[in-house]
Amino acid sequence: MTDNALWPFEVEQHITAMSKYYAGKIGSRFYITLRDEGKIMAVKCPRCGKVYMPPRETCGPCFYNMKVDDMVEVGPEGVVETFTQVHYNEPVIPREAPFVYAVIKLDGADTGITHYLGDVDYENISIGMKVTPVLENERQGNILDIKHFKPV
Amino acid sequence: MTDRVAIVAAAKTGFSPSRSDANYSELAYEVIEKVLTETGLTIGDDIDNSISCSHDIWDGQTISNIGITDVIGGHLRNEEKMAMDGSTAVYYGTIAILSGEYNLTLLLAHTKMSQTNRNIVNNDAFEPIFSRKLGLDYTSAGALQATRYMHVHGIQRDQVAKVAVKNLGNASRNETAHNFGFYSVEDIIESPVLATPITQKEMAPDTDGAVAMILASEKAAKKITKNPVWVNGIGSSYDAHYLGDRDLAMSRALEQAAGRAYAMAGIKNPVKDVDVFEVGEEFAHQELMWYEGLGLCEAGKGGELIDSGRTLFEGDIPVNPSGGLLGGVPANVAGLHSVAEAFLQLRGEAGRRQVKDAGVAVVQGQSGHCGQHHCVVVLGRD
Repeated sequence: MTDNALWPFEVEQHITAMSKYYAGKIGSRFYITLRDEGKIMAVKCPRCGKVYMPPRETCGPCFYNMKVDDMVEVGPEGVVETFTQVHYNEPVIPREAPFVYAVIKLDGADTGITHYLGDVDYENISIGMKVTPVLENERQGNILDIKHFKPV
Repeated sequence: MTDRVAIVAAAKTGFSPSRSDANYSELAYEVIEKVLTETGLTIGDDIDNSISCSHDIWDGQTISNIGITDVIGGHLRNEEKMAMDGSTAVYYGTIAILSGEYNLTLLLAHTKMSQTNRNIVNNDAFEPIFSRKLGLDYTSAGALQATRYMHVHGIQRDQVAKVAVKNLGNASRNETAHNFGFYSVEDIIESPVLATPITQKEMAPDTDGAVAMILASEKAAKKITKNPVWVNGIGSSYDAHYLGDRDLAMSRALEQAAGRAYAMAGIKNPVKDVDVFEVGEEFAHQELMWYEGLGLCEAGKGGELIDSGRTLFEGDIPVNPSGGLLGGVPANVAGLHSVAEAFLQLRGEAGRRQVKDAGVAVVQGQSGHCGQHHCVVVLGRD
């Protein structure tokens, strides 16, 4: 049998692994505070004063290891820095198209968080628009505890 | 230590949306056989180092090079895999030869994007604690970048679409491209919207294929070919991971990577000193941003540069005469394909897309969402 006589055969696979990723000390405090108190916590570098959102352990420019005590509440309101309306669906996207992503700089933070915009017509969204988070009532301790941000 | 590093051979497979006729080992063999035959080198006696570049999830195996060590010459010798853009394989291969440790390095990049869902693969590239669960992928992230870039600099919708008009037209002269045609700005803007403002014709399509290349020390290169292409400058730089940490209207990482590569190659004015550019525009708007990062125009003037026509095939700063990534080049293979194209240009072997008297070429490759990492390679006939 020649190669040409071979029907291309594709072997079906489905790689599946349920995973649990440790959020770190600072990420843990972020999610516990969001879940239990409905507040959004960032972290402030005590050396340079930069306020990071999402919060993380290391201030890169200072190479400084920030602690849970360095966390500060930010927002809840913020400003839209950029946005897009997505027109396709994927199993990994927990929204039905069309929906809107945005990068939002929360009041008091120096870096933006990426999340959804909701309760607004796409035509009415603009960069610089003031928004506020809408929280889920039953919060699980993940980023979807914030349902989306909506115009103030 | 050796003084210089040259490319002595490069080969690419035909690219297509689905090469179901070949698995990735066969794609690799197709191009490796070509570069070995052309140079008369053998894996057993001559090649002393191999670097492969691909994507574990698309390959369907972790550290996927372990599955093809036979074809890339990895049995009982040194072989490394990298998961970034193929331009970075040139970066590390060059450094390895400059160190004096190796003489002849085989580079391979291969990806079969048809094997699984691109958006799910790229969703896995986002960190899992704050970002991945939102469902982000490179297209939605690229759209956030495009919106910000256009807003900050007043870039017009048609200026972005012109990149696709140019590159899809250029791709018609590239025999390995599969996505080409002569379109109007309206055709581009009116193609289906993926994530505003990006339309289907403004995104690099899913593609299968491979590229191989041989890097040589100066001494070895001169024995192999009368027509080596020299790697005169390399530079690499990372930006922050989080979109909200970056200034999405510019690319500081590209400015840094280009600055390092230009300094090494003695390029003072890239507009005057470089004859042809091949860049990694996963989305049309990125080519405008990369113009700015590569110093082809001032910050925010990418739109004016495309309007001027200078980056057309016929212009004095031709960018992506191959059709770039929009013409259909697989992820990961992208930058190695760009280097292969620059190699052909400098050897005068680029056929219908040959830029006249090309003596110096610059390649830019990127990986990560919105170009988190950039690698710049300066190549010269001398």
